[in-house]
Amino acid sequence: MIRIDFNRLRFQIIDDNAHMRRILRTLLHGFGTREVYEAEDGAAGLEGFTHFLPDIVITDWAMPIFDGLELTQMIRQPGANNNPYVPIIMLTGHSEKKRVIAARDAGVTEFLAKPISAKGLYQRILNVVANPRPFIRTRSYFGPDRRRNANPNYAGPERRKGGKADIIKQQSLLEKVQAPS
Amino acid sequence: MTSETVMNDKKKNAAAVSTYADHEVILPPNRLKKAVQKLKPGTKIDFDPVAKAEAALEELSEDFAEWMEQEGKRLSIARDDVTASGINAANRDTLFRAAHDIKGQAATFGYPLVAPVADSLCRLIEHTPDMKHIPMSLIDQHVDAIRAIIHRNTRGDSNLNAARLAEKLRNVTEEFLLHENRDRPDYLELMLSPTLAPGEANGA
Repeated sequence: MIRIDFNRLRFQIIDDNAHMRRILRTLLHGFGTREVYEAEDGAAGLEGFTHFLPDIVITDWAMPIFDGLELTQMIRQPGANNNPYVPIIMLTGHSEKKRVIAARDAGVTEFLAKPISAKGLYQRILNVVANPRPFIRTRSYFGPDRRRNANPNYAGPERRKGGKADIIKQQSLLEKVQAPS
Repeated sequence: MTSETVMNDKKKNAAAVSTYADHEVILPPNRLKKAVQKLKPGTKIDFDPVAKAEAALEELSEDFAEWMEQEGKRLSIARDDVTASGINAANRDTLFRAAHDIKGQAATFGYPLVAPVADSLCRLIEHTPDMKHIPMSLIDQHVDAIRAIIHRNTRGDSNLNAARLAEKLRNVTEEFLLHENRDRPDYLELMLSPTLAPGEANGA
């Protein structure tokens, strides 16, 4: 059993809506966090990120100047800042499939659909703190491992090439078809 | 600081990297470990962070009616700009962001019936391929409906008229979008696909 000592975590909230920032700040203080930094757009968020070195970033998607997705891409630039591995929780009203996939592919760690709840936010924070994922770097991606679980029913080719560690045991499609139901 | 300490610090902060043919697996230093407290089984926990945060939000909720009113006004001003200047990329984005914020916040503010109308307006703006085709009357109906629900202080989710109005607007909008995207089967499939991320209203 674990407990999070929120007192030891530094958060950054990036949202252009002052009401939403106030709600987030209230929830985080309620959890026990003391240090919460705010920014009202992606540009100010990036500047604040390099200055305050937050442990966890919570960002909105739709913002003027540059949005939460672009901000994520900028943070996930190896060598561009002090902590490209920082957990990023994307808080947004967008929950369509293409949006969720775009957020994942930009390197977002957790996705939290609005309307926000204390429980939903707590669970996302608990997840990034208690179950940190390894990072993957390919030619086109740098971010948290997008495979959260090994899917025993996955029957496609293994797309990652390399050593033993990456081979996922799987039933071929042919075997699946031939297997008695 | 000795050179040995510097070396040790560097080691501590270095990521462990395993290299494969077409990718690297990186185990970054865990900076959040400092916040994890492992408890012995049976430890009595006297602090519930979720309940505490909910209580803090409850205290804040005194302001929510006023905030909802402000967000409705912001949407109305954005609509007025579209009416006055004709729709363009800039005022379309402003209108979209105002509607999108309402969609995401209305339930938190205690106005769940406003959210589906704002969602319908967002879909109208986002999924119409040529913004010049968006009927101004349909934008007006959405904005007026949102303001009416807020003004009548229709809090909670039990007002039948507001629910019917939301459903009607949604149906008209979806019909319009189907027509506007009739030659884009791939986009239609995307547009009509169910959402992946469930709402958080029920604490999901």
